[in-house]
Amino acid sequence: MTFASRDTVRPYLDVQGIAKVFASRDGMVRALDQVSLAGERGAFISIVGPSGCGKSTLMMIAAGLMRPSSGRVTVDGVIVTAPRTEIGIVFQSPVLLEWRTALGNVMLQAEAKRLDRAAAERRARDLLAAVGLAGFEHKYPHELSGGMRQRVSICRALIHDPPQLLMDEPFGALDALTRDQLVLDLQRICQERRMGVLFITHSVAEAVFLSDQVIVMTPRPGRIDRVIDIDLPRPRTLAMRETPEFARYSREILDLFLARGVLREH
Amino acid sequence: MSDTDRLPVAPHIDEVEASVERARAARAAQARVTAVLAPIVVLIVVLALWQAGTQLFAVPAFLLPPPSAIAASMAKNAGLLAGGAWVTTLEILLGFLLSIAVGIPLALMIFLWPPFSRAVLPLLISSQAMPKVAVAPLFLVWFGFGILPKVLIAFLIAFFPVVINTAVGLAAIEPEKIHLARSMGLGAFQTFFKIRLPDALPAIFAGLKISITLAVVGAVVGEFVGGDAGLGYLLMVANGSMDTQLLFAGIVCLTILGVGFYALVALAERLAVPRHIIARDRTPGGTL
Repeated sequence: MTFASRDTVRPYLDVQGIAKVFASRDGMVRALDQVSLAGERGAFISIVGPSGCGKSTLMMIAAGLMRPSSGRVTVDGVIVTAPRTEIGIVFQSPVLLEWRTALGNVMLQAEAKRLDRAAAERRARDLLAAVGLAGFEHKYPHELSGGMRQRVSICRALIHDPPQLLMDEPFGALDALTRDQLVLDLQRICQERRMGVLFITHSVAEAVFLSDQVIVMTPRPGRIDRVIDIDLPRPRTLAMRETPEFARYSREILDLFLARGVLREH
Repeated sequence: MSDTDRLPVAPHIDEVEASVERARAARAAQARVTAVLAPIVVLIVVLALWQAGTQLFAVPAFLLPPPSAIAASMAKNAGLLAGGAWVTTLEILLGFLLSIAVGIPLALMIFLWPPFSRAVLPLLISSQAMPKVAVAPLFLVWFGFGILPKVLIAFLIAFFPVVINTAVGLAAIEPEKIHLARSMGLGAFQTFFKIRLPDALPAIFAGLKISITLAVVGAVVGEFVGGDAGLGYLLMVANGSMDTQLLFAGIVCLTILGVGFYALVALAERLAVPRHIIARDRTPGGTL
């Protein structure tokens, strides 16, 4: 029965031997090489690595927004050849439309998906309230703080109840306190909806805190250095960051960075 | 005695807020008043100095007439000026509308179709090195003396900033916005109208504002070269008869026309583009 059981655990997201080479003005740039990863439905997978290791390229390819130079991505066994519209996507900058209100920006996704307007608007208001933006529905992006804008962009990514969220350093531009809050919010949202995330970050602590699995990448060309399963109980609390288990995971990742020369201790 | 140095009771934060708010409101009100009043005061002072100067030094009226004489000439020739202004207004408006009607589709083609852009853009840009005033006599030969050659010269001068600002504005969007649109499943049509066009509106209006001022120049140049009506023609006539008062009167009318048209385009911008994006980028676009 090994055959059947192998079939039933077919991963939701399957990245198979991806390579990406960019032809740039100063010659060829090898961004990704032999990158494979498999994620179960609902898994929280983080990808950590130094700047320029091709993390964002990997996310673009996983989102179907960029074609790999070699290899393929399948979702539920279907090869990705076009942008994946079922997912939610969050970039480092909030990418809000300045001429739309918070609510209007969230509703853009509903308009694109042609969801029932009244129902979608109710959901959008609930989502905004759930991330602490009740009362800010009719504010324009320039009237919101950086953290609030990123919350709006997360709501926009969630309104169609996606099976997976793709996030490219979503908290990279925020202050430490706002990051902590958004990390906690994200964990809660993922648990409530059983939603998977592909999370690109260069924060080791964020990756360990949120993930079921952390994938550590090498400097350019980006290859997968190690896959680390994070076996910490959920829901995770801020206090857990001080535990020896948490420290051990962080240490493991930092040791990899030290070994690859990404970090140097003098 | 030292107690007088200290505040007896710290005021409640509500009172502090109220006083800060009062101070802000007073500053804002003052700023609004000076914004209107200051230019008027400066204008009056300049006119008064001008008036006094021409009288004090007995400057001949054919060299520099005093403002009072210009005003008198405007009143005397009101019918003439109004008739001329009407013709020139028509030429400016038609030239400007033609600039939009040709410029925006051209910009769309440049944006949407890269081979067209590569073929046309270098020619378009180098065509701007040509002094457009120089083709005015040619237009006269081709299109006669009516309103048409003036409209065409106004168009020729005014359409370039519309094309360039629109094409650049459409292309200047953050790539993430387009990634976002694609991942949401927005079609090409919706992406254009929901995202790309509104994003480009500030740049397009910057082009239109340059264009409208150039259309005024174009119409007047057209009338200089071969006009039989309009404010430009009136300027030539006044010049020929050494009627410097009328010359100034015509210039005043043209200035009012130019400012009026610019204000109309600015008003259209305010209606079409929400305030917060106008504030976002003040890209000085186009050429002058």
